[in-house]
Amino acid sequence: MNKFTTLSGIAAPMPLINIDTDMIIPKQFLKTIKRSGLGVNLFDEMRYDDDRNEIPDFVLNKPQYREAQILVAGDNFGCGSSREHAPWAIADFGITCVIAPGYADIFYNNCFKNGILPIVLPQEQVDLLMKDAEKGANARIEVDLESQTITSSDGDVLTFEVDPFKKHCLMNGLDDIGLTMEKEKSIDAFEATATQSRPWV
Amino acid sequence: MSPKTLYDKIWDAHVAHEADDGTCLLYIDRHLVHEVTSPQAFEGLRMTDRTVRAPDKTIAVPDHNVPTTLDRANAATMTEDSRIQVEALDKNAKDFGIHYYPVSDVRQGIVHIVGPEQGWTLPGMTVVCGDSHTATHGAFGSLAHGIGTSEVEHVLATQTLIQKKSKNMKVEITGKLRPGVTAKDITMSVIGATGTAGGTGYVIEYCGEAIRDLSMEGRMTVCNMAIEGGARAGLIAPDEKTFEYCMGRPHAPKGAQWEAALNWWKTLYSDDDAHWDKVITLKGEDIAPVVTWGTSPEDVLPITANVPSPSDFKGGKVEAAQRSLDYMGLTAGTPLNEVEIDTVFIGSCTNGRIEDLRAAAAILKGKKIKDGLRAMVVPGSGLVRAQAEEEGLADIFKEAGFEWRLAGCSMCLAMNPDQLSPGERCAATSNRNFEGRQGRGGRTHLMSPAMAAAAAVTGRLTDVREMM
Repeated sequence: MNKFTTLSGIAAPMPLINIDTDMIIPKQFLKTIKRSGLGVNLFDEMRYDDDRNEIPDFVLNKPQYREAQILVAGDNFGCGSSREHAPWAIADFGITCVIAPGYADIFYNNCFKNGILPIVLPQEQVDLLMKDAEKGANARIEVDLESQTITSSDGDVLTFEVDPFKKHCLMNGLDDIGLTMEKEKSIDAFEATATQSRPWV
Repeated sequence: MSPKTLYDKIWDAHVAHEADDGTCLLYIDRHLVHEVTSPQAFEGLRMTDRTVRAPDKTIAVPDHNVPTTLDRANAATMTEDSRIQVEALDKNAKDFGIHYYPVSDVRQGIVHIVGPEQGWTLPGMTVVCGDSHTATHGAFGSLAHGIGTSEVEHVLATQTLIQKKSKNMKVEITGKLRPGVTAKDITMSVIGATGTAGGTGYVIEYCGEAIRDLSMEGRMTVCNMAIEGGARAGLIAPDEKTFEYCMGRPHAPKGAQWEAALNWWKTLYSDDDAHWDKVITLKGEDIAPVVTWGTSPEDVLPITANVPSPSDFKGGKVEAAQRSLDYMGLTAGTPLNEVEIDTVFIGSCTNGRIEDLRAAAAILKGKKIKDGLRAMVVPGSGLVRAQAEEEGLADIFKEAGFEWRLAGCSMCLAMNPDQLSPGERCAATSNRNFEGRQGRGGRTHLMSPAMAAAAAVTGRLTDVREMM
């Protein structure tokens, strides 16, 4: 997994609430058996018309946001389906940080498995960064995971919370499965006891 | 011992390792797998030379992509990419030695219908699947939730999931439901009350007389949509109905093991003085038959209401509601029961079980669908389909003008050829009314099977109570 430590980039504003994973990556792109190559279909139905032409009004089609690396979004981002194709598409586009007042649970977890930092901030702080993002390419937002800070283009510094274990894994690009396998003895012991107490499982 | 909720009890019984910061390895009793969210996970195992730790606890079935037309044995009914995904599951199931129900097996169906039907899902278990509607299995008093593909790979390799405990939320539905009101109306009304993020960070336990009165099928419908309220999982404490449903299923315990299981299952309830972080109470008698008007499952109103105005809302919901109305092609103030539809879809993991088909057939018996309407019933499994044929329900649907399909997810997420065209409006018994969910530009109104059947007859959103 790619590490996430610091990021200084353009942020794209998407103030809509309840942006669901069907919007992030529509189902027709779930037929792949690979993880890569989904960036071109990120927000596909909002981004392209029926003839596959770009819709100029859509934020990521605007010249100033085509290289966006951060997304500032409305509440309950990533609700709906568990499809990990959503964070795959986001990362493949080049976005590695999302800032929103809240996320759906499964999407939030999926981000950390893919080198994406989903930051939760109170609505008023998201509103401030949304205004910053609306300035376009002139406003770079800086994110530092180590110090858990965001610096707006005006120099305002905001702090955010993140689970220490998730932070550790993201900063070091650690493979969850490898970490869990280090605890294999605990799993073996649990399984042996459970087989005795609940043999029907 | 301190009092515990049902969730606390199941959680405590499955912690294989706990780190100092509370991060746990939760042991997984049943891992359900389908063709769309698993290929990358199996590929990951191969690349790292890992195996499936507990193949006997891993069950796979193709459902999302598969055609539901009667000629689906013909490979030409599938697009090449869909076929590749199903073939990948065939191969992965064989290579890794996991339980498998291929498309050709009568037991094939939607993974969340097959699991309980075959007795894989039992009280007190932990159940995961790379699908958000895994919440369905909570109806048995099992802790069940959706996971991403990286977590699918993690469970395949280690039979555990890295988790931190969620908070406890109680949703109580008191008293009796009124005639024409179903499990679907309960679960949609709860989401209407709490919003799609109201359950975020919680595991919900549904309780109260109206929940206890539901059949297992109804309870599965309620828990299925817990995810639509943002919750990690939804649970209902097991009782005699649960035990009766499980008894004799192919993979349920037998003999002395059944007795031992039953003894444990009977301890699976929330203690009287257990701590709840959040409590929601709805009166059963206040719940009406409901439909969605917008593009979020929280956009729920009684069928007797009018399409709302964006100005009825606050904050970010004002813009979202306007966007929904534009997308749905609806005008504020229009009575919902005047909204005309083009298509009816009865099926999905929410409402594709036998009781759902019975409820729809009871409305449709001796009636015809409105001229020009497209209507289909997609049973949740091959066994549901067979039972419906035996009970004569299939004939009622066919005589009414419905297509009678084979089992699969079908038009709930429209990955197979069953899709809406742009602007087409659908009365659907599924779980999501998101933009484009049933096909680009398609407009979805969620409702119960009886309500969908009533809409099929009149060609518009309809209060089923007028037809009872």
